[in-house]
Amino acid sequence: MMKIDSVKDLKNLRDKLKSAENLKKATVMVKVSMSTCGIASGARETMDYFINELDNKAIDASVIKTGCMGYCYAEPTIELSKPGKEPVIFGYVDTKRAQEIIDKYIVADEELVGIIPLNFETVN
Amino acid sequence: MAKLKKQIRIALRNCGFINPENIDEYIARDGYMALGKVLETMSPEETIEEIKKSGLRGRGGGGFPTGLKWELTRKVDAEQKYVVCNADEGDPGAFMDRSILEGDPHSVIEAMAINAFCTGASKGLVYIRAEYPLAIERLKIALKQAREYGFLGNNIFGSNFSFDIEIRYGAGAFVCGEETALIHSMEGLRGEPGVKPPFPSEKGYQGMPTNVNNVETYANIPVIILEGADWFNKIGTEKSKGTKVFALAGKVNNVGLVEVPMGITLREVIFDIGGGIKDGKKFKAVQTGGPSGGCLTEAHLDTPIDYDNLINAGSMMGSGGMIVMDEDDCMVSMAKFYLDFTVEESCGKCAPCRIGNKRLYELLDKITEGKGTDEDLFKLRNLATVIKDTSLCGLGQTSPNPVLSTMDNFPEEYEAHVKDSKCFAGQCKALMQYIIEEDACTGCTLCVRVCPVDAISGERKMAHFINQDTCIKCGACMEKCKFGAIYIG
Amino acid sequence: MDKIKLTIDDTQVVVEKGTTVLDAAKSVGIDIPTLCYLKLEDTAFENTPGGCRMCVVEVDGRRNLAPSCKTPCDDGMLVKTHTPRVVNARRTVMELILSDHPFECLVCTKSGKCDLQTLAQDLGIREIHYEGEKSTYKGDESPGIVREPEKCIMCRRCETACNDVQTVGTLSALYRGFGSIVAPAFEMDLDHSNCTFCGQCVSVCPTGALIERDNTWKVIEAIMNPKKTVVVQTAPAVRAALGEEFGYDAGTLVTGKMVTALRKIGFDYVFDTDFAADLTIMEEGTELLGRLNKYLKGDKEVKLPMLTSCCPGWVNFFEYHFPDMLDIPSTAKSPQQMFGAIAKSYFAEQLNIKREDMVVVSVMPCLAKKYEAARPEFAVNGDPDVNVSITTRELAQMIKSANLNFDALKDDDFDRPLGESTGAGVIFGTTGGVIEAAVRSAYELHTGKNLEKVDFHELRGFDGIRSATIDFDGLPINIGIAHGLGNARKLLEEIQEGKSQFHAIEIMACPGGCIGGGGQPYHHGDIGILKKRQKAIYQEDAGKPIRKSHENPYIQKLYKEYLGEPCGEKSHELLHTNYFDKKKKIVIE
Ligand SMILES: Cc1cc2nc3c(=O)[nH]c(=O)nc-3n(C[C@H](O)[C@H](O)[C@H](O)COP(=O)(O)O)c2cc1C
Ligand code: SF4
Ligand code: SF4
Ligand code: SF4
Ligand code: SF4
Ligand code: SF4
Ligand code: FES
Repeated sequence: MMKIDSVKDLKNLRDKLKSAENLKKATVMVKVSMSTCGIASGARETMDYFINELDNKAIDASVIKTGCMGYCYAEPTIELSKPGKEPVIFGYVDTKRAQEIIDKYIVADEELVGIIPLNFETVN
Repeated sequence: MAKLKKQIRIALRNCGFINPENIDEYIARDGYMALGKVLETMSPEETIEEIKKSGLRGRGGGGFPTGLKWELTRKVDAEQKYVVCNADEGDPGAFMDRSILEGDPHSVIEAMAINAFCTGASKGLVYIRAEYPLAIERLKIALKQAREYGFLGNNIFGSNFSFDIEIRYGAGAFVCGEETALIHSMEGLRGEPGVKPPFPSEKGYQGMPTNVNNVETYANIPVIILEGADWFNKIGTEKSKGTKVFALAGKVNNVGLVEVPMGITLREVIFDIGGGIKDGKKFKAVQTGGPSGGCLTEAHLDTPIDYDNLINAGSMMGSGGMIVMDEDDCMVSMAKFYLDFTVEESCGKCAPCRIGNKRLYELLDKITEGKGTDEDLFKLRNLATVIKDTSLCGLGQTSPNPVLSTMDNFPEEYEAHVKDSKCFAGQCKALMQYIIEEDACTGCTLCVRVCPVDAISGERKMAHFINQDTCIKCGACMEKCKFGAIYIG
Repeated sequence: MDKIKLTIDDTQVVVEKGTTVLDAAKSVGIDIPTLCYLKLEDTAFENTPGGCRMCVVEVDGRRNLAPSCKTPCDDGMLVKTHTPRVVNARRTVMELILSDHPFECLVCTKSGKCDLQTLAQDLGIREIHYEGEKSTYKGDESPGIVREPEKCIMCRRCETACNDVQTVGTLSALYRGFGSIVAPAFEMDLDHSNCTFCGQCVSVCPTGALIERDNTWKVIEAIMNPKKTVVVQTAPAVRAALGEEFGYDAGTLVTGKMVTALRKIGFDYVFDTDFAADLTIMEEGTELLGRLNKYLKGDKEVKLPMLTSCCPGWVNFFEYHFPDMLDIPSTAKSPQQMFGAIAKSYFAEQLNIKREDMVVVSVMPCLAKKYEAARPEFAVNGDPDVNVSITTRELAQMIKSANLNFDALKDDDFDRPLGESTGAGVIFGTTGGVIEAAVRSAYELHTGKNLEKVDFHELRGFDGIRSATIDFDGLPINIGIAHGLGNARKLLEEIQEGKSQFHAIEIMACPGGCIGGGGQPYHHGDIGILKKRQKAIYQEDAGKPIRKSHENPYIQKLYKEYLGEPCGEKSHELLHTNYFDKKKKIVIE
């Protein structure tokens, strides 16, 4: 890995990484909340399930682990973004629910009840 | 929907968004830009000035102005200085710091480097409880990646500033979160607090000036540098700026991690964000500040949350635990629960805390057993006051808060326990009585047959009675009665 | 120095910057009560954990009460030491401490000398409002020290003594909260730990949590047994301190009254350990000269410096902590053991009794001597050379229970032959004394010349580590002195690093030497008491007609009639010992 020696270097790197991320946004992205409480509620199985199922179905997608989203009452939680749509958050995502999300929300493009409304603003 | 957006995420800005194990995702969200900015364009004094201007206060509980602390450490002349990140987080029910380290470890690393640059330290230490394996693992990965990019190590950003961070593991004692105890523990000594002064900023780790800050405090720093102090200090109240992360728990519908601007009311947090009380029950109280805090009532629901208001209300901000209680919660038992915790967690160094908290607990236990007297209430208050007044460290100075605040806010509950042997919430088993409503009882004898201790007597087809001395309060009779004739009194 | 002005209880006080409120108050005659706090001037002992909270005061503008022992004075500070709030706090905390304390004052060794008892009385506690569970721990009765942890108030003084002063590290705070206790690791018995039995923890413990093992009953039993000839020896430091137990000023010599008291108690022979001290000098001095001569002849193997070995606390220390240096100390036994060995051979033969029929009791300033007396190598067929060792405090108690009015006792003299001693034997009781006594004899034996000036002031004093060079008629002899095991450790580490230039080093485990021993009357923090005892010891020396050990006629007689020559075959059998590596012996149950 290269050493960053100046803010200029860092800015270049950041911009490069940002555009790479934007590219990813052209596909389905599943972020699984993999914090201690998420994992304790089964987030690891949920994540593995998404990876396998999306792979089986040959859906171009990335499954990413992330930290706590704050919805402890609804773990495991995931954030799902589809190209051209605002990201949405699902709670209580066990493998059954994951299958439902894949079948209905991702593949069939149907609306799905149980989306947790985003309840915060973030800097950046 | 907009109404629900009461939260502003600063400390948690990246939690749940980025992959914490991939530094690139942090960088893509302006990670390490603040460190670069400070090293390339700002002097330590200017940076400290910026932090001071932001109004940021310590999120570890005490609320000490962060910029001022950095300045104090900077001003001490010494060959070696240290910056420490306090990730002990021993408050039961709190997991803010764990979540930040698990979800966004780089923001803490970046902030520690900025802190070191400002205070003149070259070494950083993260004191983290060993029970946080995931946070430790992610922190380790983050440290490695930060070193690879040169954000840690020698000549960071091509400057002559060098800095690196080591992890130290705590055994999980609550008191080891107290900064002097934490330092003792890192030095391999018994984890017990020392008398301040001297403060760690003068004489800390290995006798050297040491700046201790909390995880969440650190997580705010990069944002303040990038967005500016003036942006930050617009959020919050006059004396408490920015946001605070709370671990909302207890009888609310949406338990979880929330980050709210200072000045928000308890009502907004509990009812708007927390979705109100579970099962449509009635709100009774909310405990902030964990075992060091106090309980607040209906009357405080519209008080804007900040450091000073909470202290004035008899509680404190603490590290951010927020436990909501409803009508089924007994306030005496609640105080007892916290005292049980402090009795275990007191380091044992000073007499009022070591013995006093035990006696406080015993008095509360006596009251919940229905054996309390008027004199006990008097003793309870005197003891609580003396413990607060004479204890050595913050643990003992605050441990009576749950007792004092419940005594102040719910005097009638204490009175009822002592005078009428009644627990309104029905939580104190010893005070519960199963009573047969004479008029409703048909004398079917079903209850007699299920009672495991033969406490029920009565003629067939006549009203029955429960012998309170024999009854073990198992509730089997009430469950069996088809006529609803048995109630708890 | 910067001066600071403050007001304490309406009195203006000017103090130097850094002074604590406690000291500032003391300077104007306000004695704020303390319990955990203890500082011993001129030693490394400084116990200020700020834990008992007895010394709290009100400081204007401060939210809570301030512990005066840990609070530095500030300019313009307003301090109140006696407000209702303060008094209530002190009383409540005292009641709390007592609520977790056994009410055993009537039968407690410490009663009457207990700082906790005194303070509770001073505060006027008549009722304890807070009752509840009391903590219990595993107690411990080792040969020297009894631990009654239920009486521990967590003042941490013993920990400071053991760790900071003695650097032994046996005691530390264990566990948390209500169950906290100061104890050896894993609450193991002291006997199984690396404890040296120096007794310095006992010296500073404010309560009865750490006390000597009481052997007085064994003594009484022996005296009551008509078949036994009971012989007592008294160590030099005892006579300089015993009077304190009877209200005499510190530093009052009570040798004569003590002898009378011992006779009245019923001992058959009242002897003096000083005699054995003279004997020690003969052996140790000869050993030193032997090593020196070899060294001067170019022998590279010879072990120098030679370390003294008359202090059993120190012997325990190097056996546990420096087992690789076992060949450096002199092999001479301590005076207590030399006495026992000679009493049960030479003297028993004179009396024509079997050694089993003689009981040797020693009165010592020391707890390590109890342990030493019980060492298996100091017994013949299971019969110990010294049967029972009691402390100065125990002797005082025996005198009291024997209905003796100490003040009215006449002065009397020790019995012969084992009661005759020189000034050199007396000064064994203080730091620097052993080596001064050795020099007095070694000089004459080495040079063959008469020593005109026997007072070696350059070897005296109270500094923890001292050194001096003594001219042996052209041969400069470098002497080192350490008292307190922490200071001993420093010197030993110098030797290990090859930095030591000394020929001989005297080491005593206790601060001040035996005058500060763990069995002496309690000093309650006043180090001036030890200095007065030291003065008394030198005073007794100065008053002795004979002041060099080798001139003691009874010593000369002993060698002529019985032992032959110093370090000879018989001496080796009776008066020398060897040391063991005890590091491995520490037992964790
Ligand atoms: C009993 C006790 C426990 C504490 N536990 C913690 C803790 O777990 N985490 C923490 O950051 N601060 C804790 N503190 C506060 C620290 O002593 C210290 O004030 C804090 O780490 C300073 O950081 P800040 O200024 O950023 O808040 C505790 C204090 C006390 C008295
Ligand atoms: S207040 Fe409690 S935790 Fe703090 S030093 Fe005293 S005993 Fe220890
Ligand atoms: S230690 Fe003191 S207070 Fe306790 S029983 Fe003994 S004399 Fe009494
Ligand atoms: S006797 Fe000496 S070595 Fe043993 S515990 Fe006490 S102070 Fe430590
Ligand atoms: S044993 Fe004695 S000296 Fe040691 S802490 Fe307890 S009371 Fe204090
Ligand atoms: S200095 Fe004296 S009292 Fe102390 S341990 Fe040694 S012999 Fe005993
Ligand atoms: S004497 Fe000051 S706290 Fe104990």
